[in-house]
Amino acid sequence: MSFATTKSTKLAVVLTPAILCQCGCRGIQSALDPAGPQSRSISGHWWLLFWVCTVVFVLVVGFMLYGLWRSKIQTPNDAPVDPAKETRTTWYVSACVVATVVILFVFLVASLSTAKTIFSKPGGKPLEIEVTGHQWWWEVRYPDPDSSKIVVTANEIHIPAGQPVHILLKSADVIHSFWVPKLQGKMDLIPMHSNSLWMQADFPGVYRGQCAEFCGHQHAHMSFLVIAEPLADFNQWRDQQIQSGPPPADPVLRKGQHVFLSSSCVLCHTLRGTTASATLAPDLTHFASRHTIAAGTLSNDRASLERWIVNSQGVKPGNKMPPNDLNPEDLQNLLSYLGSLK
Amino acid sequence: MQSALLEPKRVQLPEASASEDLAELERAWSNPRGIIGWLSHVDHQSIGKRYIVTAFIFLLFGGVEALLIRLQLARPENKFLGPDLYNQIFTMHGTTMMFLFAVPVMEGMGIYLVPLMIGTRNVPFPRLNSFGYYLFVIGGIFLYAGFLLNIGPDAGWFSYVPLAGPAFSPGKRVDFWAQMITFTEFSGLIAAVELIVTVFKMRAPGMSLDRIPLFVWGMLVQSFMVVFAMPAVMIASTFLLMDRTLGTHFFNPAEGGDPLMWQHIFWFFGHPEVYIIFIPALGIVSSIVTAFTRKSIFGYTAMVLSLVATAFIGFGLWVHHMFATGLPPLGASFFTSASMMIAIPSGVQIFCWLATLRNGTVRITVPLLFVFGFVFIFVLGGLTGVMVASVPFDLQAHDTFFVVAHFHYVLIGGSVFPLLGAIHYWFPKMTGRMMSETLGKITFWVVFIGFNLTFFPMHLLGLKGMPRRVYTYQPNLGWGALNLVATVGAVIIAIGGAIFIANVIISYKSGEMANGNPWGASTLEWGTTSPPPHYNFLYLPTVNGREALWSRSDDDPVVTGVRTDRRESLSTSILDARPDHRYPLAGPSIWPFITALAVTFGFIGSVFKGSLIFYGAGLSLVALIGWFWPRPSHNEQPERVEKGATESNDQVVARS
Amino acid sequence: MSTMAISNSKVALCIGVLALSLWGSCCRREQRDFRATAEASQLAQSLPDSQLHPGGATNVAGPQNPFQGNAYAITEGQRLFTAYNCVGCHAHGGGGIGPALNDKVWIYGGQPGDIYESIARGRPNGMPAWGPRIPEYQIWQLTAYVQSLSEGEPSIASPARGDEISPSSVQPRGENNPK
Repeated sequence: MSFATTKSTKLAVVLTPAILCQCGCRGIQSALDPAGPQSRSISGHWWLLFWVCTVVFVLVVGFMLYGLWRSKIQTPNDAPVDPAKETRTTWYVSACVVATVVILFVFLVASLSTAKTIFSKPGGKPLEIEVTGHQWWWEVRYPDPDSSKIVVTANEIHIPAGQPVHILLKSADVIHSFWVPKLQGKMDLIPMHSNSLWMQADFPGVYRGQCAEFCGHQHAHMSFLVIAEPLADFNQWRDQQIQSGPPPADPVLRKGQHVFLSSSCVLCHTLRGTTASATLAPDLTHFASRHTIAAGTLSNDRASLERWIVNSQGVKPGNKMPPNDLNPEDLQNLLSYLGSLK
Repeated sequence: MQSALLEPKRVQLPEASASEDLAELERAWSNPRGIIGWLSHVDHQSIGKRYIVTAFIFLLFGGVEALLIRLQLARPENKFLGPDLYNQIFTMHGTTMMFLFAVPVMEGMGIYLVPLMIGTRNVPFPRLNSFGYYLFVIGGIFLYAGFLLNIGPDAGWFSYVPLAGPAFSPGKRVDFWAQMITFTEFSGLIAAVELIVTVFKMRAPGMSLDRIPLFVWGMLVQSFMVVFAMPAVMIASTFLLMDRTLGTHFFNPAEGGDPLMWQHIFWFFGHPEVYIIFIPALGIVSSIVTAFTRKSIFGYTAMVLSLVATAFIGFGLWVHHMFATGLPPLGASFFTSASMMIAIPSGVQIFCWLATLRNGTVRITVPLLFVFGFVFIFVLGGLTGVMVASVPFDLQAHDTFFVVAHFHYVLIGGSVFPLLGAIHYWFPKMTGRMMSETLGKITFWVVFIGFNLTFFPMHLLGLKGMPRRVYTYQPNLGWGALNLVATVGAVIIAIGGAIFIANVIISYKSGEMANGNPWGASTLEWGTTSPPPHYNFLYLPTVNGREALWSRSDDDPVVTGVRTDRRESLSTSILDARPDHRYPLAGPSIWPFITALAVTFGFIGSVFKGSLIFYGAGLSLVALIGWFWPRPSHNEQPERVEKGATESNDQVVARS
Repeated sequence: MSTMAISNSKVALCIGVLALSLWGSCCRREQRDFRATAEASQLAQSLPDSQLHPGGATNVAGPQNPFQGNAYAITEGQRLFTAYNCVGCHAHGGGGIGPALNDKVWIYGGQPGDIYESIARGRPNGMPAWGPRIPEYQIWQLTAYVQSLSEGEPSIASPARGDEISPSSVQPRGENNPK
């Protein structure tokens, strides 16, 4: 029972992680598929840890199996203890301990260096964003000294590609955790604490994030998207988000808005440009410009929206949005209106 | 020639056949009959076995909960369990495994084995031992009664506030969790105190501190850890209970409290807790390796110092559970260093065991197979532990399935595998019958393969972005295949568990009969019959080497002069185990059970109405009066031992 | 060990009986009702006028709160109480612009049905009518919470406190907000 491996075994050992990585590591939410400097630094650190630990593991288990194989031909236990052998063994064990200490020290230094990279302020002028965690959605705010330029949206964060972003993290209720694996490590949102993190996406793309601290019934459905765009597109998006919608011209849309304003919607949602300005639930001013509904649970299309409005508890049981009993015509008008809020 | 090498050395302590001593001992140590009698048992074997059996029943419950979790997660957007029930189930799974299985089973092993291994008759406070067991089992029943009544806790086994606080966790669910903690940690403290005093004061003459078996060292170190760690969680859970029922503001951020304080206090307990679970397993591994390599463990002093170092460093790691909470990076990096540093004593232990395996004559039996499984799985888990000790990597891995994989590798590999090996190893001693080697080997391979199939893919799942404690996940994330593999693995583990239980039951009924020392092992428990009599040894042994039975010959002295007409043992000095005085031991008593009921009334009542704790205290006082009511045999003072004719301190009275 | 087995099964039987007997009392308190049906979201239907009048019988049975004693409902009521700004007039029970709710003085009656009516149809001197705005089940949750405010001792179903007491308490700690 020897651990002497054949060529093909050795090849498999080397290639398997590489192959697995190709098919396994990619993903919209994968930490092994980094898209920004912070996550790339962590990923590099991970591969160092991975390879060194793999070698250590193979050596330890290998030695165990070797020891098992070798020991069967040893002297019987009645033979006296051989002092020379004991001394040799002491040397070997001590060498292993020293090697362990050295490896751990290397890991420590690597860890501190990577930590410095991910925590330190990157060069360039950062974009400031405030994210407040609620049960079970993300409030996103782009502050601005000019209050007419403040953008408030929900569950979707647009950032310019290639520019550092500073995200301030607050919580309105329980502890949540902001995590976009492809861009940065996670950071908790703790009530009455102000945490923050740095983030940057090198290239335009869509990156998915998810709450990573158990926060109640719908922790599993509390996701968000980070959409990195070229600077021009980002500015265009931002300018559009600042606008409040004009009163709708189309009669169907007007009826839809009337349904919104006279039902329970106004008790929780804001529609800038109307009298609806409650802040318990996501800001819906530019609802139709978002890709998902209900914090990444449903895609933003008419059928899903109808399902969400009529029976939100069936989609996300326990979430704070009550089901709504609207008559069919009102419902369709409302759907049309919400679909027009680009 | 091979078989002669492997034939176990038959070393037995002298057994008298119809001597008066034997008859008197049997009478003094007999257990009363009936239900009241069963509730009055105070001998450590009985209580130890109860702890172990009860803990395994809770393991079964926890395993069923795990299967339910895996079934729900097998497919994306699965509708098998809704979020409310899922949250209760994963909370119950973690709580059961950590509080109701892992610590009590190790306590139980300690309570059963330590008095036997150090050559005494019972733990020094037998009724307290019984009381501790009742608290444990009542706490567990309390929690499960709640679970069955829809009052199962649902905020996670570590119950973070504000989610677990009064505003976000309605009802009594978290209150039940918090009070269960009080029960079980009280019980843990009692067992720890018992073991510390047993090991320090009741060892066989000649068993100086540097001759104690490594298993006993493990239990001693673990007991000290319990003493320092359990009060922290009791305080935390009591603060939480007060916030929820009395309106205090310990964790209310709006009124000067801090949710982060919960995490600090909890993890100050929580990290040592995993070492409390792990360190006895290290002792088990040492026992098994010694027995099946026919060799003393290499580097005894290094092994002991490693155990102690692990315990000390283990108290300095807790912040690594909080790396994502926004603490200053410099402070966090101290905990990175400590978390990496603790790999060093563990590494020393592994290297010493490997050296022992290399230099000894290995006999592959089921317990040793489980040790190999332990090395494989625990080393892998320890290495991922070193990875998550690094702050930047932990910020990706924290609260994902990577961490779930890591802690299952270290906990199951580091504790459950040695435990299964221990059951196979000590089953002959506890029951007098051998377990089936064939079924044992099948158990090992099925559990080993099932375990790796379940938990290895979770490393990748975590790195691909799957967070913990989610009752479902979206189909477009590509996590379905790995989750399905993990579920299949979980079913395989369940099959392995079923085979193990079948082996236990079949072997108990009709296994091959075992003599006193079927393995030819070296520790003192193998020097008496299988199962041992209630008084453990006819005459308490003396010890003159590290491997007690291997360094003993048939005319080495034993202790006589300890009374046999009532329960008594010998108390010895802490460092050198010189005989000091005879120590009377309490006999069977129903008062521990009654006191446990009184305390239960106070604890459970106060969950519903705070003032009931005072009534409970009053009832407990009455019960304690009954407990301590003087009995005639307690009027005598413990007598100092007369020195024998020789000057040697290792002998009380030499038996001719 | 066989006596242990027999005793174990006896103990199990006792526990089973106890559990069943407790089932009724505990189940209601701990029920979490995630309303999945649209009908449950009907806007509040008003109840018949209150039977209270001077000189009449005082113990008039009215409609019961379906969420009586339900912990989840009371906690949801607490959440809605802040969310819908009841605290703006009633504070956390102590009252201000509106009357106190944590005492036994009920201007318009303290029965569940009366409180429901007060919330649903509004009352003179400033109590808005919430009936047309919020689903019926939410009014019952608010009713349950309001009742829990004025009980002499808090019931075991109601939380001991909220996570904020002072109204202006969502400012995070930081350099600008030392607390």
